[in-house]
Amino acid sequence: MNTVTQSKPESVSRMKTLISKSMFVKPLNLQGEMGATVGSIHADNPRITCRNVNVFYAENHAIQDINLDIGTNEVISLIGPSGCGKSTFLRCLNRMNDTVEGCRVSGEIKIDDFDVYSKHLDVVPLRAQVGMVFQKPNPFPKSIYDNIAYGPKIHGLASTKAELDQIVESSLRKAGLWDEVKDRLDQPGTGLSGGQQQRLCIARTLSVEPEVILMDEPCSALDPIATAKIEQLIDELRQRYTIAIVTHSMQQAARVSQRTAYFHLGKLIEVGKTSDIFTNPLHELTQDYITGRFG
Amino acid sequence: MQTPYLLFTLLILSVLAYFIGKRRSVTVVEGALRELHSLPAYYGYYTALWGLIPALFLMLVWLSFEPTWLAHQTVASLPEEIKSLPSSKLNLQLNNIKNVAAGLQVSQRVDPLIVEAAEHYNRLRKISNFALTLVVLICSLTGIWLAHKKISKDYRARNVVEKIMTGLMILASMIAIFTTVGIVASVVFESLLFFRQVPFFDFLFGLEWSPQTALRADQVGSSGAFGAVPLFAGTLLISSIALIVAVPIGLMSAIYLSEFAGSKFRNTAKPTLEILAGIPTVVYGFFAALTVAPFIRETGEQWGWVVSSESALAAGLVMGIMIIPFVSSLSDDVINAVPQSLRDAAYALGATQAETIKQVILPAALPGIVGSILLAASRAIGETMIVVMAAGLAANLTANPLEAVTTVTVQIVTLLVGDQEFDSPKTLAAFALGLMLFVVTLALNVIALHIVRKYREQYE
Repeated sequence: MNTVTQSKPESVSRMKTLISKSMFVKPLNLQGEMGATVGSIHADNPRITCRNVNVFYAENHAIQDINLDIGTNEVISLIGPSGCGKSTFLRCLNRMNDTVEGCRVSGEIKIDDFDVYSKHLDVVPLRAQVGMVFQKPNPFPKSIYDNIAYGPKIHGLASTKAELDQIVESSLRKAGLWDEVKDRLDQPGTGLSGGQQQRLCIARTLSVEPEVILMDEPCSALDPIATAKIEQLIDELRQRYTIAIVTHSMQQAARVSQRTAYFHLGKLIEVGKTSDIFTNPLHELTQDYITGRFG
Repeated sequence: MQTPYLLFTLLILSVLAYFIGKRRSVTVVEGALRELHSLPAYYGYYTALWGLIPALFLMLVWLSFEPTWLAHQTVASLPEEIKSLPSSKLNLQLNNIKNVAAGLQVSQRVDPLIVEAAEHYNRLRKISNFALTLVVLICSLTGIWLAHKKISKDYRARNVVEKIMTGLMILASMIAIFTTVGIVASVVFESLLFFRQVPFFDFLFGLEWSPQTALRADQVGSSGAFGAVPLFAGTLLISSIALIVAVPIGLMSAIYLSEFAGSKFRNTAKPTLEILAGIPTVVYGFFAALTVAPFIRETGEQWGWVVSSESALAAGLVMGIMIIPFVSSLSDDVINAVPQSLRDAAYALGATQAETIKQVILPAALPGIVGSILLAASRAIGETMIVVMAAGLAANLTANPLEAVTTVTVQIVTLLVGDQEFDSPKTLAAFALGLMLFVVTLALNVIALHIVRKYREQYE
């Protein structure tokens, strides 16, 4: 193991020049150097299985041959330098990429044994089941109450006002926001602070009772206190949900996730237990990234 | 020098001044531009403005006082018997003198006294003109010289130029505001004259519109009835028909273009739609009168309805087509301006496209959509040509779109076309109608603004 982690300085610099060149040329240049994913792509109790996933944006081959399992009640963090395809991969899992013009996805993604990209699948129930939290808090310009009630309403989850109230309260409680907003549910959600807005968005996602939650850098716009609250929340949510989180913060990945996947230039370089990745990365690129040598 | 030439000379001078100032600033620091407080161009602008603005101002003042001075001097040179005439007759004589001076043939024989006065007037004018040229040029050159002298490496030319530019911008906005005030004032003034002859409430609530007044006692013809209700009813009817056509079509095409259409289709469809706005209203007018109106009449006759050859429906339909681009293009823009993140949020909750549009995008875009509809409505209310050609002049008070009606704007046009006496209620009625139209559109604006403020969902 040690022989791999102690990479020679020349090879690092060679890799660096290669990478910096390849940023401007084609990601494929590195294929020979990197090969297949290092580490175990399998989870103990897989809920999501991805095999040979490729995504193209028009001519751009954004992610290449990703194989990855995500386990039940597991938090997996996706890390890697900007533009490496981790958000793209995340957005494949609930087909949010469908809204991007010119985007093509090939390969197989299964959630609980149903094929996400099957022709027969309706994206509406899929997205209700696979919720998503975005990088920038994006509450609707409606009241706090309506922000949460919107999802249950469109899916007919509540038949009476009392039931809806119940869903709103429990969602806000799960997101740890109830005590802060219970007296001003009729005020606009956009008037909350950044951290509160993000928790509102998490509550909104929880309101439709998803089974999987995708988080795309949920804390990048927040201060450390709000970040700590959301990280704690993620840990609590793990009991009930499967969570995939994209993050640029290595510490965050280490704190909240059980497994970590390192992406580089559209490829999945290494997957493993978070503790292993951060202490004993197997791949040179992973090591360089987590030690801050590039990225 | 004549005024246009003088203006042109001033412009050339200030362009020269720009280069002089710029050169000067460079030589002052001997090419070390970093040491200058402002960029060389600012010293150029500074010098040019000094050469232009004081001279222009002086010219303006001079030209506004010149006629008074000329008249005063001319009158002073006249013999006592003319000078002592009452002012209205004196003005007549003065006009005569001016006409003769301009070389116009006033009458066969002209009083030699007048000819002499005219020659005097011309002499004075020449002197004044010469003096003006001299003074303005000196002023401009002095300005340039002063500015040139003031340029040093620490002189803050940029700040001065920026201040002057701010002043110019304030002036520009003031011009727009004062013009509006002036228009309103003149309309109000003329309307007051009208209301002195026709009682206000007779005008506002009268049900009959027949503005022809007899000029002589023995003339046949009504005494004139100035009830504006039929006109406003007609305007309302036609505008409503237009909006009923334009709002759904415009809004739906906007939603299609922004939410469903591919970028390729959108890039061709949108400009094509906007061409509709570029068609002259006269063309719409004869389309309405020659194609749509006969078509409606024939169709109506097949069903056994009585349709007049000029109908509110024809005018309203065509007007509706005309204002579609106002609704669709503006709404499309505001719908596009709704952040993608809101769409993502709704889609990620499992909302369908329809739910997202209805419950998230349209509420967020509401202010802009209402604005676009309002713009379309004011176009419809103010539109004249289509209605003149297709809806007719008969002031019928009816809600039946198949009958001929007339609108406020059409009546204003017919009242003011041709030779008019400007003190008869018939002519003055046009101003009262204009005032009412203005008040109505203003009220519409205020109401819409209120609605927008109440229901808007602010996304930023």
